[in-house]
Amino acid sequence: MATGHFKDGIAGNRLAPETYADNFSDLHPPLDHHEALVEADRCYFCYDAPCMTACPTSIDIPMFIRQIATGNPLGSAKTIFDQNILGGMCARVCPTETLCEEACVREAAEGKPVQIGRLQRYSTDVAMEEEKQFYKRAASTGKRVAVIGAGPAGLAAAHRLARYGHDVTVFEAKPKSGGLNEYGIAAYKSTDDFAQAEVDYVTAIGGIDIRNDMALGRDIQLSDLVQSYDAVFLGMGLGGINALKADGEDAKGVENAVEFISVLRQTGDLAKLPIGRRVVVIGGGMTAIDAGVQSKLLGAEDVTICYRRGKEDMNASGFEQDLAAANGVTIRHWLQPKRVISHNGKVTAIELEYTAMKDGKLSGTGELLTLPADQVFKAIGQTFVSSALNGSGASIELENGRIKVDAEGHTSMAKVWAGGDCIRGGEDLTVTSVAQGRDAAESIHRAFTSNGRA
Amino acid sequence: MADIRNNFIGIKSPNPFWLASAPPTDKAYNVERAFKAGWGGVVWKTLGEEGPPVVNVNGPRYGAIWGADRRLLGLNNIELITDRDLQTNLREMKQVKMNWPDRALIASIMVPCVEESWKAILPLVEETRADGIELNFGCPHGMSERGMGAAVGQVPEYIEMVVRWCKQYTRMPVITKLTPNVTDVRKPARAAKAGGTDAVSLINTVNSITSVNLDTFSPEPSIDGKGSHGGYCGPAVKPMALHMVAEIARDGETRGLPISGIGGVTTWRDAAEFMALGAGNVQVCTAAMTYGFKIVQEMIAGLENWMDEKGHRSLDDIVGRATPNVTDWQYLNLNYIAKAHIDQEACIKCGRCHIACEDTSHQAITSLVDGVRHFEVMEDECVGCNLCVNVCPVEGCITMVPLEADVLDQRTGKTVSPNYANWTTHPNNPMAKVAAE
Repeated sequence: MATGHFKDGIAGNRLAPETYADNFSDLHPPLDHHEALVEADRCYFCYDAPCMTACPTSIDIPMFIRQIATGNPLGSAKTIFDQNILGGMCARVCPTETLCEEACVREAAEGKPVQIGRLQRYSTDVAMEEEKQFYKRAASTGKRVAVIGAGPAGLAAAHRLARYGHDVTVFEAKPKSGGLNEYGIAAYKSTDDFAQAEVDYVTAIGGIDIRNDMALGRDIQLSDLVQSYDAVFLGMGLGGINALKADGEDAKGVENAVEFISVLRQTGDLAKLPIGRRVVVIGGGMTAIDAGVQSKLLGAEDVTICYRRGKEDMNASGFEQDLAAANGVTIRHWLQPKRVISHNGKVTAIELEYTAMKDGKLSGTGELLTLPADQVFKAIGQTFVSSALNGSGASIELENGRIKVDAEGHTSMAKVWAGGDCIRGGEDLTVTSVAQGRDAAESIHRAFTSNGRA
Repeated sequence: MADIRNNFIGIKSPNPFWLASAPPTDKAYNVERAFKAGWGGVVWKTLGEEGPPVVNVNGPRYGAIWGADRRLLGLNNIELITDRDLQTNLREMKQVKMNWPDRALIASIMVPCVEESWKAILPLVEETRADGIELNFGCPHGMSERGMGAAVGQVPEYIEMVVRWCKQYTRMPVITKLTPNVTDVRKPARAAKAGGTDAVSLINTVNSITSVNLDTFSPEPSIDGKGSHGGYCGPAVKPMALHMVAEIARDGETRGLPISGIGGVTTWRDAAEFMALGAGNVQVCTAAMTYGFKIVQEMIAGLENWMDEKGHRSLDDIVGRATPNVTDWQYLNLNYIAKAHIDQEACIKCGRCHIACEDTSHQAITSLVDGVRHFEVMEDECVGCNLCVNVCPVEGCITMVPLEADVLDQRTGKTVSPNYANWTTHPNNPMAKVAAE
């Protein structure tokens, strides 16, 4: 009977036990001291630096790099944390190739930007390993703020509010805090339980009480929170998954990529995590890549990502696409799912239809392709589930299915702000969520203190 | 093919690259390796008088400064003259010279500033068949505290006196090595010439403290928590050395005095620059101490290639070619007007030219044009200072473009004069020489 890669169906133990640790080690290993100095020296300390403009949290990148170059990693970390208290995670998961590093003038000059992400990790690692806290909580103001969701937006908001001396209670639906940092990012981007270490680092300022397993709409209601708190920040992310709209998608083996990644992140012994011999991932974003690559790393023999549009339309960055290719994942374009073929209720193949742009609209060409599959992952986008929000009392205005906010993150409801993936206009990036959480906290503080004055 | 054979005050070597008197030339083992690698000559590490040899510190002798990738930019040392027995050195020198008759072998000497001491050592050195001697009047540390080295080099009268003794007591050509730790290097050079020296060599090392340890507050290199100034050398000192070589080459009293150029020579290009300013050959130390003896092969090939490319047939074609172009500030052409020009195709928009000009110079470079990031020189503000060229990370992106004669200088509102005019006749100069009525 076939074993390892070639075992049919969905199974664990496809690889030699020691292989798992290697496969899921740091994607970008940390720079050592000398590497950091050499890389920091490449920064030109640009005037009005384009990298800084490209950063959603506006970190003073030339300054933090110069601080590394001058042997001041702690000062460098403070420069980062001043703008982005989750600078450690952002250093690991930001698609820098489409943000700061794309804007780096050395990208224009020689196609080799300064490795800003890895430098940011260098200094934030130094500060976090030393447990250096840069901010002191101001004297308690007596103001109480409820934060929904202990993900990037909620944590950033909580930290900024705590700095001002407000008392923050964070309600998190999951047993662990961190949001997508804990449950939603490829394991090789956040190794050594970094998400939890970061939660501890952020909450060490004090004045932040996180209550896990508390879901809005289930355990707590917005209408009550608005009554009992001085302000509410909604940062709960996206709870829904788009459907394939393919016949037979309820077959066993058709799973949500988000759920797969979440389970993977919470699995101690990855050898025990079953994976298909032949895996098909439907989608073209970061989640599709994370699911595809990690399937391969778990020992799937054959992994194909199918995306319904062309390469240039993919939400996954060029770097991510290359990463998939380097790991032996095949990416196929212009294919949309049509029908899940199953036997005894278990998926055996997926039938796809070729697509093309016709009169500015994407449509099927009628030509079909069948790929054998033991497991199909859906990674075609997540949706905001508004029922928890508007289950009772006054409703909050939505726009295109997400919460509508003004420039400061204020929702249509008094005393309620929102940020992160749940708002309209979010880019579904950790770093934008951090910026929105931080800025909403500033807005809340201004509201408490009549434009900053206590 | 360019001929790079060197004839320096009658001392012949297959190329103009000598190793300076320093640790690389301390003993036969090193010098043999250097000659095998291709060095044209060596100045043997400085000999002292007979008797118990000097002792060195037993902790670090060297300190350094580095670029970000630990590229060594400047080296400093507190090593003294040879700490080996004089007879051993003399014996080895004689053997090496016998083994390598086509290479130059110079003996560096430092003995107390009394006639008897020089009179005693010179015949011993002569007996080795060394091609010449170099008088170490430059060593700035240790020996200078005992009245030798730079202590002599800083007193022109002593230089003249010792050179005179040497010329009196030996037939060997005399090269006088000068210290840069003086206010005007022309004075010791003139003294050496007055004493009859055949050549000068410069620069010796510069007084320096490379760094301070901010944990222990000890200068580096640190010997048991204390430091002493050492002699600085390497790429960092080259500009100072070039200046001093040029000053001697163009000085009315020393013009024509052969010069062996020393100070941060690291590549063929450095060597060519020293020679263009008037050095008949060059001496190298730090580059060899950093990379080993093999670098001389790059120097030889690089110099030959450049000479071939430019049509220079021998070293005589290049030595001193830049000397006439070194002048005093007062003779620079004030009617020469250049403006910076930014090549927009090459510009990577780092903005360093803008901020350097805006914060520290003449507010002559834009940062935004029509709301778009754009760096362009405003000719009506540009004084042509060249700072933007120097801070631009892209070679060739910003250039200084001279204004043609009769063109309007937008900054001054005046047209460019085609005539040379300098400060000596400038109307703003109260000392201006007025033409006779």
